[in-house]
Amino acid sequence: MGVTPLAIMLGLTAAALWWLAGHEDYRPFMPGLVEGAAVTMRITVAGAILAVAAALTAGLARLYAPAPLRWLAVTYVELFRGTSALVQLFWLFFVLPQFGVTIDAFTVAVLALGLNVGAYGAEVVRGAVLAVPLHQWEAGLALNLSRRQIVARIILPQAVVAMIPPWGNLFIELLKGTSLVSLITLADLTFRAQQMNQTTMQTGPIFTLVLLGYLFMSLTITIGMRLMERRAIRGLGRRA
Amino acid sequence: MMQDPMVRFQNVTKRHGSHIVVDGLNLDVARNEKVAIIGASGSGKTSLLRMLMALDPVDSGEIFIEGEPLTHMERQGKRLPPDMAHIRRMRGKVGMVFQSFNLFPHLTAMGNCIEAPMRVLGLTRAAAIERATELLEMVGLASRKDYYPSQLSGGQQQRVAIARALAMRPKVMLFDEVTSALDPETVGEVLTVIRRLGEEHDLTMMVVTHQMGFAREFADRVCFLHQGRICEEAPARDFFHNPQNERTRAFLRAVLEAG
Repeated sequence: MGVTPLAIMLGLTAAALWWLAGHEDYRPFMPGLVEGAAVTMRITVAGAILAVAAALTAGLARLYAPAPLRWLAVTYVELFRGTSALVQLFWLFFVLPQFGVTIDAFTVAVLALGLNVGAYGAEVVRGAVLAVPLHQWEAGLALNLSRRQIVARIILPQAVVAMIPPWGNLFIELLKGTSLVSLITLADLTFRAQQMNQTTMQTGPIFTLVLLGYLFMSLTITIGMRLMERRAIRGLGRRA
Repeated sequence: MMQDPMVRFQNVTKRHGSHIVVDGLNLDVARNEKVAIIGASGSGKTSLLRMLMALDPVDSGEIFIEGEPLTHMERQGKRLPPDMAHIRRMRGKVGMVFQSFNLFPHLTAMGNCIEAPMRVLGLTRAAAIERATELLEMVGLASRKDYYPSQLSGGQQQRVAIARALAMRPKVMLFDEVTSALDPETVGEVLTVIRRLGEEHDLTMMVVTHQMGFAREFADRVCFLHQGRICEEAPARDFFHNPQNERTRAFLRAVLEAG
């Protein structure tokens, strides 16, 4: 699918939000929800950066690092993939302080969600690297490149193309996962919605706006990733 | 050092599991000599080149390049298995062109030719580009330097691969069935480049090929491999006009029949 239909969907979502925001049943909720959406976006962006860094580190460590580091990477992936993000959030926020380590809610949110998504991402990285033909390694060796140079200059740039679509999925999972942070006192979009819902009982307008808000953000991610993919494919001299 | 052969295989054996691919093989290749290696598939031709490129280790025996061991190193009179630094130093003397080109798809023709010279030889970008431009000109692809591999024909890709290997200034060039994956109409352009390379440059060349016509006119010497051993070797003319071994004759007959 091209970018155009997605851009149209994004435009329609924005138009719907704009139109509803002008409506008197909806207008009062807008300032609070926009503030909440800003928190959601901050957690998503910071979490995504951490997720990519953790995924590259763990994914490459599983493939190329010496045994102890490899095991560490496996432990990380299994620990964060095998337990729920909600439990991880609670554990970091409510249990860790019992051991004398207190981390603020925003940092906990970014750590838990970023590392959780990073664990899935590590497998994406590993799979994409393994999908690069062995011939490419040998061509690098025959040119006397070092292992590190082959990974960094030959294998990874090719693997990135295959990584982009699954990363698009993971970023959207991350965005939706941020709604969990309302349970550790952060005033994200979902938290604001629930708060206003309890005081005003205007469930219809509030959650319609929230629905469109999440859709707007996830479409933005999808379009961004699609553009990146197109660029990466062009970088291989193929037609996107 | 002068009397050392450029390449020496000494009693080299290579196994894949219980299958013996190369069986106690001995072969000397002189400086600037052009050797064609022929034989049925599975006779060990490609293994020979891969061991010399240090892509596969030998199971036993020794390989020397310019009299220096590739397969072990000597430290204070002791024989040690080669470490990475030793292998990389020896690899620098050898270049290889593969059957399936193996160009880097994310780099242009020029990018393919300057990556290793910059990273391994430490050339500046400008110096690497200057050298690569000469080489791409030599293989007739200067006008395609900004094309990606996917935008080039098989024959063009293989010529870029030759330029890329030469950019590392190897002393020995290995060609592993470099025309087998090509459309028939592009085989000629690649062979022409290899032929010119042999005529105009001081290079030791080992060519694994199924092109008997090319082997005859290009090579100084032809080696026929059978079951991991050199069954017959002779100057090219003698080899094709008067093969001594019954197996060689059968092989040449079969190849000739296939056209």
